[in-house]
Amino acid sequence: MKNASRSRGITRRGLLKSAGSVTAAGLILPASYRKAMAEPRRGGTFRIGFGHGATSDTLNPALWDQAFVQVMGNSLHNYLTVIGPDGELEPELAESWEASSDAATWTFKLREGVTYHDGRDVVAEDVVASLNHHRGEDSGSAAAPIVEAITDIATDGDHVVIITLEAGDADFPFILSDYHLPILPAEDGRINFQNGIGCGPYMLESFEPGVECLMTRNPDYWKSDHAWFDRVELYAILDSAARQNALITGEVDVIDRPDLNTIHMLERAGANIISVSGTQHYTFAMDSRADPFTDNNVRLALKYGVNRQQLVDTVLSGFGVVGNDHPIGRSNRFHADDLEQREFDPDRARYHLEQAGLDSLTVDLSAADAAFSGAVDAAVLFSESAAEAGITINPVREPSDGYWSNVWMVKPFSAVYWGGRPTEDWMFSTAFAAGAAWNDGFWENDRFEELLRAARSELDEDLRREMYFEMQQIVRDEGSIVIPMFSDYVMATADNVMTPDQIGANTTLDGVRATERWWFA
Amino acid sequence: MAHVWRMIVQRLGLGLLTLFVVSVIIFGATELLPGDFAQAVLGQAATPEAVAAIRRELDLDQPVLVRYTNWLFGVLQGDFGTSLAQRGRPVSDMILSRLGNTFFLAIYAAAMAVPLALTLGILVALWRNSLFDRVANSTALSAISFPEFFVAYILIFVLAQGGYFPSMARMPASADLGEKLYRAFLPALTLTLVVTAHMMRMTRAAIINLLSSPYIEMARLKGMRPSRVIVHHALPNAIAPIANVVALNLAYLITGVVVVEVVFVYPGLGQLMVDSVSRRDIPVVQAIALIFAAAYVLLNLAADVISTLSNPRLMHRK
Repeated sequence: MKNASRSRGITRRGLLKSAGSVTAAGLILPASYRKAMAEPRRGGTFRIGFGHGATSDTLNPALWDQAFVQVMGNSLHNYLTVIGPDGELEPELAESWEASSDAATWTFKLREGVTYHDGRDVVAEDVVASLNHHRGEDSGSAAAPIVEAITDIATDGDHVVIITLEAGDADFPFILSDYHLPILPAEDGRINFQNGIGCGPYMLESFEPGVECLMTRNPDYWKSDHAWFDRVELYAILDSAARQNALITGEVDVIDRPDLNTIHMLERAGANIISVSGTQHYTFAMDSRADPFTDNNVRLALKYGVNRQQLVDTVLSGFGVVGNDHPIGRSNRFHADDLEQREFDPDRARYHLEQAGLDSLTVDLSAADAAFSGAVDAAVLFSESAAEAGITINPVREPSDGYWSNVWMVKPFSAVYWGGRPTEDWMFSTAFAAGAAWNDGFWENDRFEELLRAARSELDEDLRREMYFEMQQIVRDEGSIVIPMFSDYVMATADNVMTPDQIGANTTLDGVRATERWWFA
Repeated sequence: MAHVWRMIVQRLGLGLLTLFVVSVIIFGATELLPGDFAQAVLGQAATPEAVAAIRRELDLDQPVLVRYTNWLFGVLQGDFGTSLAQRGRPVSDMILSRLGNTFFLAIYAAAMAVPLALTLGILVALWRNSLFDRVANSTALSAISFPEFFVAYILIFVLAQGGYFPSMARMPASADLGEKLYRAFLPALTLTLVVTAHMMRMTRAAIINLLSSPYIEMARLKGMRPSRVIVHHALPNAIAPIANVVALNLAYLITGVVVVEVVFVYPGLGQLMVDSVSRRDIPVVQAIALIFAAAYVLLNLAADVISTLSNPRLMHRK
């Protein structure tokens, strides 16, 4: 995992190089950044400006999607488990857990003495209701597929929850850290999310969807060494110039998604840039059921025909790393570091075309900026580099509106955004398992399925590592997705915002926990 | 006077008909857009099961005609329905605070722009073809020729980064009028710069048109001062075209300022409308469309009433 910060006098590229050479354990920060390690202190109003937020945002966790509501959810609520800044799973409301030997039955022991903002105790019934909110025919929850494997949730007293799965899953506690699954107070077996009451570090004062969310510190929060701010204010500032201006003029303390093209101007104005390399990646999905993508040689030709470094340098302005056609990020536990990096190689691409019995290849590539910012440019660059291998890619600019319903998984070749998942199994099960709802390559592979099932219930770590390595190789060489780049999470902060020395890489804003983990100098 | 009242009633009736037609068009147009609320709100996370569940819950699986009729009956009883996105939250509740913000900004900008435009219009008519006329005209024209966001960014660069005014015009509930005026100054100034030219040039043209009429010549020959000729004799007859252009610009200030709202992060109706269209939240879209249409209808009516009142030939018909 890499964790780098920019500051005047040190170029980002040089920093990343040195960070890379000191290897994964190394946390390299410029001297000016070391003050971040000062003791946290309490106080202040922490204001974040988001590049997200819509009037359709709600307090209903089943419909949470982007960073604004994720940070709101993680500020109002607690989860059974939480992913720590180092990527390891940490207990939160669940004090401890254990699995049956087949990893299909999980027993969670809840922390005692935790209360909601209205004084009620957090009990096992709440956990049952909170998870059931996403289960069943009528849930309409975006998280339904990830809790699909749960067959039964039972309680044993007020502080023990027993969850039974349809098959073993060694990573199941990770699933419970998903931002859709906060624990809310239950009434008659159903959660009430409308009033925003939770057991998290901040209490809801007001929420105006698409505009702002104001919160005050929960004086009874059970973690005494977290949640340093007196108040937290979240603002939706969709225009990137407005967002940068808000930071420069001191209207907010942190912004996410600064415009990468003008980031040097932000730095000149005195902002700190935080850039974390995690699991977020941008892909081009090929429908393996549709000609010509049915032939793996055609897919390989396209994978060799993309100039990855060029995409990272231009589309991501250098804030990212090249991908190796599998979805496992370098911050993941079982990332196959020694798997050979696929490079841009027009000759290999031509060779695979010949193997497929083709002289030339012409395909349409659908893209829109809804897929990821710069997707249309990326498609054009892909088309330019592939042309060197005799492949004609016609970039098709699709409407951003309705992209996920009408283009993604409908058109045979399209640009896609993936936030990534904290575990290998989760990522593979979500987007590569046969028949999975978001398997956007419509890809099936027997050996891969066998390994996926075996690794999921395997508790021996070395064996799992081996299996996940092989799966990464299979996806890289036979899969139906071109994965050219992993994009960093980039944020900009005012001078007085302090962060711990390690920042979570599982998603933006310190694993959307900045309100709990950061403080003011 | 009776015929003025008759006109008002007649026009209000026609206005209601207009609103009905607008609602049909908007409903039909949102129907034509690809995707519906369930798909839009779930985005990349949409699975067929989840989409179906949300459609069932919100009655989106009903035929178009049924949904429109239900909505229309609700509106006839004064119920604009509930937002699809904020389930259970009445549309009126969602719109009210935004509406207040939109009106505040529109009135603020109008209070600066209208007196400025009329004064400048009269002055440039008075001193037409002078250096003052040329400078005022070219300044106003350049302000209107730049796109709104560009004017806004320039103002932010000079006045917000200079530390004089906030770049974000958010409105804390606790703010008093003074603070609201301070916070909303930059968006109001942007809008002022954008709308002034149109009104100023119309005022100038309307007055200059009249200056060639015989009765003005008569007034001049009597030895009247040019300022008195314009203010007392030309201006009253120029009120009709000026009222029309002012109404048009006021309507624009209410309905067309989404870009300025976005740049200054001002929570007005425009932003809500754009959001609701992209999420296919039809009850909200409909309600806002009706408000916008009503603004046009009422402002045009007001302009016509003022024109009638200002015209003795229409007031004292034989």
